[in-house]
Amino acid sequence: MSTIVRIQDVSKHFGRVNALKNISVEITEGEIFGFIGPDGSGKTTLFRIMTTLLVPDTGSAEVLGFDVVKEYKKIRPLLGYMPGRFSLYQDLTVEENLHFFASVFGTDPEENYSLIEPIFHRLEPFRGRLAGNLSGGMKQKLALSCALIHKPKLLLLDEPTTGVDAVSRKEFWEMLTLLKEEGITIVVSTPYMDEAELCGRVGLIQDGRLLQMDTPEEIVASFEMPLFGIKSDDTYGLIKALKSYSWAHSVHPFGESIHYTDRRDTPDIEGLKQFLSEQGVEKVEIKRVKPGIEDSFMALMGSEEVHV
Amino acid sequence: MRTFRGFVVKEFRQIVRDTRTLVVLFGMPVIMMVLFGFAIRNEVNNVQVAVLDLAKDAATQSIIQKLGASESFELAGTLESYDEVEQLFREGDIKEVVVFEAGFSEKLIRDGVANIQIITDATDPNLANLVQAYTTSIVQDYTASLNSPAQGQPAGIQPVVRMMYNPELRSVNLFVPGLIAVILMLISALMTSISITREKEMGNMEILLVSPLKPHHIIIGKVLPYLVLSVINVITILILAKFVFQVPFEGSYLFFFLEATLFILTALSLGVFISSIANNQQTAMMISLAGLLLPTVLLSGFIFPVSSMPQPLQLLSHTIPAKWFLIIVRDIMLKGSGLNYLWFETLILSLITLFFMGVSLKKFKVRLQ
Amino acid sequence: MSETAIITENLTRRFGDFTAVDQLSFEVKRGEIFGFLGANGAGKTTAMKMLTGLLSPTSGRAEVSGLDVYTQAEAIKKRIGYMSQKFSLYDDLTVDENIRFYGGIYGLYGSGLQQKSQQLVESVGLEDVRNAKVASLPLGWKQKLAFSISILHDPAIVFLDEPTGGVDPVTRRQFWEKMYEVSGRGITVFVTTHYMDEAEYCDRVSIMVDGRIDALDTPDGLKRAYEAASIEDVFIRLARSAKRGDE
Repeated sequence: MSTIVRIQDVSKHFGRVNALKNISVEITEGEIFGFIGPDGSGKTTLFRIMTTLLVPDTGSAEVLGFDVVKEYKKIRPLLGYMPGRFSLYQDLTVEENLHFFASVFGTDPEENYSLIEPIFHRLEPFRGRLAGNLSGGMKQKLALSCALIHKPKLLLLDEPTTGVDAVSRKEFWEMLTLLKEEGITIVVSTPYMDEAELCGRVGLIQDGRLLQMDTPEEIVASFEMPLFGIKSDDTYGLIKALKSYSWAHSVHPFGESIHYTDRRDTPDIEGLKQFLSEQGVEKVEIKRVKPGIEDSFMALMGSEEVHV
Repeated sequence: MRTFRGFVVKEFRQIVRDTRTLVVLFGMPVIMMVLFGFAIRNEVNNVQVAVLDLAKDAATQSIIQKLGASESFELAGTLESYDEVEQLFREGDIKEVVVFEAGFSEKLIRDGVANIQIITDATDPNLANLVQAYTTSIVQDYTASLNSPAQGQPAGIQPVVRMMYNPELRSVNLFVPGLIAVILMLISALMTSISITREKEMGNMEILLVSPLKPHHIIIGKVLPYLVLSVINVITILILAKFVFQVPFEGSYLFFFLEATLFILTALSLGVFISSIANNQQTAMMISLAGLLLPTVLLSGFIFPVSSMPQPLQLLSHTIPAKWFLIIVRDIMLKGSGLNYLWFETLILSLITLFFMGVSLKKFKVRLQ
Repeated sequence: MSETAIITENLTRRFGDFTAVDQLSFEVKRGEIFGFLGANGAGKTTAMKMLTGLLSPTSGRAEVSGLDVYTQAEAIKKRIGYMSQKFSLYDDLTVDENIRFYGGIYGLYGSGLQQKSQQLVESVGLEDVRNAKVASLPLGWKQKLAFSISILHDPAIVFLDEPTGGVDPVTRRQFWEKMYEVSGRGITVFVTTHYMDEAEYCDRVSIMVDGRIDALDTPDGLKRAYEAASIEDVFIRLARSAKRGDE
């Protein structure tokens, strides 16, 4: 398996803002690689360097074996790119958009239709509708189809699921899995942590830095401390109480329960329960839970909430 | 009330922080005052005049001297025969020829009447009118100085005025060429610049850049529809001019269309250039309107004669493509001139076009930064 | 003050032939954190606009903080706070200027405003950047600031439209902790979100499909009723049957 993308020590700044700080990544052929991180973490800048739209200040980047600075002309025809906001022509129809992007890449919609068929067939009844009048989920599918129409070797999707509802997001990832089977390398960026688990490998990115890069399983496994999920009827009271606990290392609400780590190597759960009831928090349930990507991410971010 | 005041304070703050708006708010009025103030002239200054003196006697010398002394006129040459007049006007620099008939002074003394012919280039009827009026008043001045009581006999000099190329002084003949220039500037430059920056604004430019489309493909593709539209517009205006307003068309239609196409290309290249320095549609529109359209209307000679403006503005007007195009169009339509007379203006337009096209292509960024 | 912050009865809004909101009937209790979920196009935004006095209903009844949405829309606006993901603050004004501006709009001024402003800035940890333009702040800080400003005037109800979009996980949680705090003070929180795990933080959750509310209960109640492990599963089950989403 060859290396499709090789990024070494890349930094990029805009004025006084350091968007990327010494990033190094290697992406292998045929994998689905996810860059996970919040807004402003540098994902879009990284994508623009990979698509040769921006030049790194330091370091080097190679895509499909070509240098992004000197050989960008060779890279561009081989890419499928879906930038944020989908970049469709709002005043052209679904059909016209597809035809346009096909022709710009020197092909026509029929040539590779089988590739986009599973995605595009939902748009079939709306061929004549202006792209501007489609729902978010439909625009997403159209943009993906347009990015794939010339059967690129590398698909770069910058936040394709942002602002789209949960159902469409799920469907989108099902489509990506199908594409992987065609041998297309896919690089995705997303702020949704749960989508990390759907990737082959993941790079956690925050503030222009790569916190960790590995398979989702490895990242989770690297979460060192024992993790506890604590529930109670009075969630807010529970949070306040836990934060005031002297042994608390991290306290994070996680849906129904609070994820808690302790500063001691062997936490004293009974002691914690007693402390909580002294604080007036009733009906407490404490369970050992497995960490998820989000727990790992927050631990890596290093901004643990303690003793507020 | 406080609610309202808080809102007003916010509005002021935002305006003050937006440099672009400030430039428009304070810079524009100043520029407009200067341009309009100096451009709008109803006087005449330094108009080039030639003299055909068939008498060459004391009276004619006096009148010629008076003409030369006036600020309005600049004696640019003397002619030997009537045949030279047409040629001189075609060359374009001379706006007026004053012809003194043979035996001028004698006729004046003997008959009490002598003839002066004032021939003006009326392709710019405003200017022609003014020039003729000034000349006539200088002549009348001289006449009055002759009519001293000592002489006894009233002297009269009768100026016969001839407006060449536009005998009826129809302003529509002046306007139509100017209108063509302004409309072409509007459509080609303004619309092209907006179209390209809109692509940038909407983010679609990113995808186009990453695609196999070459930069010159993108530019030509953007420009082509406006080229076609502009040509259609030129035809429409010409048809209207000829059949509704009866503007004469003395020259060759083919030549006219070639020159018009050249000017369209000039305007388009300016539009592309503006889009390479503007990042969004609003900026593109402001630069097109303030930097291109306004000077075109004021400094190209469309309405106000350039020769009457102060030197700095005259120099500036040389840089405005419409000024050269106006000369070309007026000369073709009203004088029937061909390339042999208009090669200089054509060359200038071509150079301007090539320059801006070259710069735009170079500036067209293959990347986002 | 009554125990019901919001009450709607057959609230409907039509646009020509299209019924965006179809006979909505529900209640929100005072001090609740109420999660208002639904797919794009389900009618959430339209419903919220009616409750915040921005849009008149076509038919039906609704009362926000005891005020009628038809006849007392202006009074409603004074009693509520509002924050949306798309816009809340003026980028070219400083933190301080934003606080004073919004404070002024809601009738706060003088030493009262100064005091509250100081409290706010301290509570979100922005003392050092008081005089920085909002544009220079990272997204998470902007969102926190916007939220705090929306409750500056102690409204009875605060409406939040996707307040945590795109923000890092830690800041998201800090946000929700603030919402707990606010709800504890008796302010009702009406929030929409795309993050299904955030639905779990709410006291009760409603899910809109095709203009109607198809489910409304506590997070636990919903999971039991739909035999689902998470609110996301409940949502997907309901949304998949929707007719409107796929356009």
